[in-house]
Amino acid sequence: MAKNNNAPITGDYVTINIGPSHPAMHGTLRVVCKTDGETIVEAIPEIGYLHRGVEKLGENLTYHQFIPITDRLNYCSAIANNVAYEKAVEKLLGIEIPEKAKLIRVIMKELARIADHQVCVGILGVDLGAFTPFFYLIIQREEIYDIFEWYNGARLTNTFGRIGGVNADLPEIFHTKWPKLKDTIRKANDETDKLLTHNRIWMDRTIGVNPFSPEDALEYGFTGPCLRATGVKRDLRKDEPYYFYNQFDFEVPVGKHGDVFDRYYVRLIEMEESIKIIDQAYTMYKELPPDAPLMAKVPKIIKPPEGEIYSAIESPNGELGFFIKSDGTDKPYRIKIRPPCYMVYQAFPELVKGEMIADTIACLSSLNIIAGELDR
Amino acid sequence: MDNWVIALIKVVFIWTWTLLIATLMTWVERRGSAMMQDRLGPNRAGPFGLFQPLADGIKLFTKEDIIPEKAHKILFSLGPILFALPAFSAYAVIPFGDKLVVNGKEIILQVADVNVGFLYVVALGAMAVYGIVLGGWGSNNKYSILGGLRSTAQLISYEVPFGLSLLAVVLVYGTFSLREISLAQQGTFLGFLPNWGIFKQPLGFILFIVTAYAEANRVPFDLPEAESEIVAGYHTEYGSMRLGLYLFGEYVNMYTLAALMVTLYFGAWHLPYIDMSKFLGPVSYGIASFLVFFLKTAFFLWLFVWVRWTVPRFRYDQVMGLGWKALIPLALVNLFITALCIQLTV
Repeated sequence: MAKNNNAPITGDYVTINIGPSHPAMHGTLRVVCKTDGETIVEAIPEIGYLHRGVEKLGENLTYHQFIPITDRLNYCSAIANNVAYEKAVEKLLGIEIPEKAKLIRVIMKELARIADHQVCVGILGVDLGAFTPFFYLIIQREEIYDIFEWYNGARLTNTFGRIGGVNADLPEIFHTKWPKLKDTIRKANDETDKLLTHNRIWMDRTIGVNPFSPEDALEYGFTGPCLRATGVKRDLRKDEPYYFYNQFDFEVPVGKHGDVFDRYYVRLIEMEESIKIIDQAYTMYKELPPDAPLMAKVPKIIKPPEGEIYSAIESPNGELGFFIKSDGTDKPYRIKIRPPCYMVYQAFPELVKGEMIADTIACLSSLNIIAGELDR
Repeated sequence: MDNWVIALIKVVFIWTWTLLIATLMTWVERRGSAMMQDRLGPNRAGPFGLFQPLADGIKLFTKEDIIPEKAHKILFSLGPILFALPAFSAYAVIPFGDKLVVNGKEIILQVADVNVGFLYVVALGAMAVYGIVLGGWGSNNKYSILGGLRSTAQLISYEVPFGLSLLAVVLVYGTFSLREISLAQQGTFLGFLPNWGIFKQPLGFILFIVTAYAEANRVPFDLPEAESEIVAGYHTEYGSMRLGLYLFGEYVNMYTLAALMVTLYFGAWHLPYIDMSKFLGPVSYGIASFLVFFLKTAFFLWLFVWVRWTVPRFRYDQVMGLGWKALIPLALVNLFITALCIQLTV
């Protein structure tokens, strides 16, 4: 299907409402599509169905109380949100967290990234009619969630870490489970790769479907796998390394066309890179003495000095930034969250224009729009 | 016994048998997919969850029957019937075994040996699309209409290669009767190959199996219902047994198509190199031929399930592209080569 972005939107079109409750919608998203047959003439996304006033909540909670709220942003990888927020507050306080805490954060965050990508790749398969890979991946995700559960009891909304470090050491189960788990994750990825990547139908359905140029992607503020799929090598872990990322040896996979296939494949490779990072971080972790501190010295009641900071990490979906303005009290004056989804979703109408309804769904899942993060 | 009593028994038997197989297939599909996906599947109702289809049936029958207010009442009710009825009737001309000799009376294991059996199956297969289109249209729901539209688009792209691949079989065997085609597949040709359709029509079989999947609305051609795109397609608004008829009709369709594959390409009830009628009694031969036929059919039924849980779904313009740009030219080439071979050898 050739894209024709300049066609005037006139004439008799059928308006189809997809969402907020629709089997293919990930969370409560809604897209109002004007269609000509099955071709999308115009797609108007409507957001806000999951708006819970997260940023406003932040103004009424103390710095520590806000951590569980961040779980509910991108609920597929809550740990990444926790780390992003904690890192921002630590930057505001001007404290450096202990090495061991950093490594635990890296390990858990990369596990969360794998879990997030597994869900995204699996759901993309389901949306395109390939059901089986989803189960292979989800079983592995459950194993990862077991580690999370042993860490502090929660599987989905982890509330990981504290401001100034982490509250607990790596769980016992991690040491026994990880060597086996990384192989099973690789095997599941391999099976997904075999079932999908070179499948003729899969290739037809994904290659060249809503491609995006790197210029446009940068213009829209794309980050994360969606940007890397267009060919821009931008990864905060490499470009603005935090924790020990500059010491780890890992690749940043990039695509070429920014189409559904590239977004899918970039995610698939990133999982492998995350496994590598965890392995290296774990080796460094084992070199540390077992009684190394987990927390930096932090006052009981956190009252950062007046000022404002912006701090971002590379979350599974892209740059997840927290802007915090403090007025010197124990509650932030303002918290602004920069979720990667929000920027990516802006381009959605342009991406799907001229495509078919089936591609809209594929596009949405490959962008990995998470309503919790989008609406906040 | 009068002939019509025998005919009635055969009708009742094949009707019950088809229902039973279709019911079992829902169980096989769910357990089979579970097996492939590291799950358990339904395992609570009865041994191995075998009564699950029964439980589903009871559930569907006792659900409230809702007709949406804005729906076209007549078309809405007609849709599922038009879909299920041809599916149930199509098996009438397909054999399910060779023959049974009881008390010196020969009973052919086929409800009706119509001399245009072929056309009957193709015609009824095409009829089912009316059920989908009318159901989709009558529902007065945009997703349903899209489902119906996709179904028509799919029909015009697969029905032609479907017919053309069957035509090549007709050329090979020189008859439209499915029983005669089955009988003709006994023995060997070229000295070593079983006299099966697959060896005479390899390309034709591939074309047939691809179009058969489209005919059965199964993945990768399940676009009319594509649950992740258009909710449930043509049966979005349906509930209770009306939905049941659609779901059930699909499995009956699958059974018919699988039986057709066996009849046309896999030697019907014949075993390769072995002539069962020579060393089996008349009754046991009848039963053996039925079993052989059924086991072959069961393999193709399993293949339907297997493919369903392996591959992704086509987009609907891709189905049309595949139909018009690949399948029809190939079917024509196949027909041409078949005709040429027959012309040269006869």
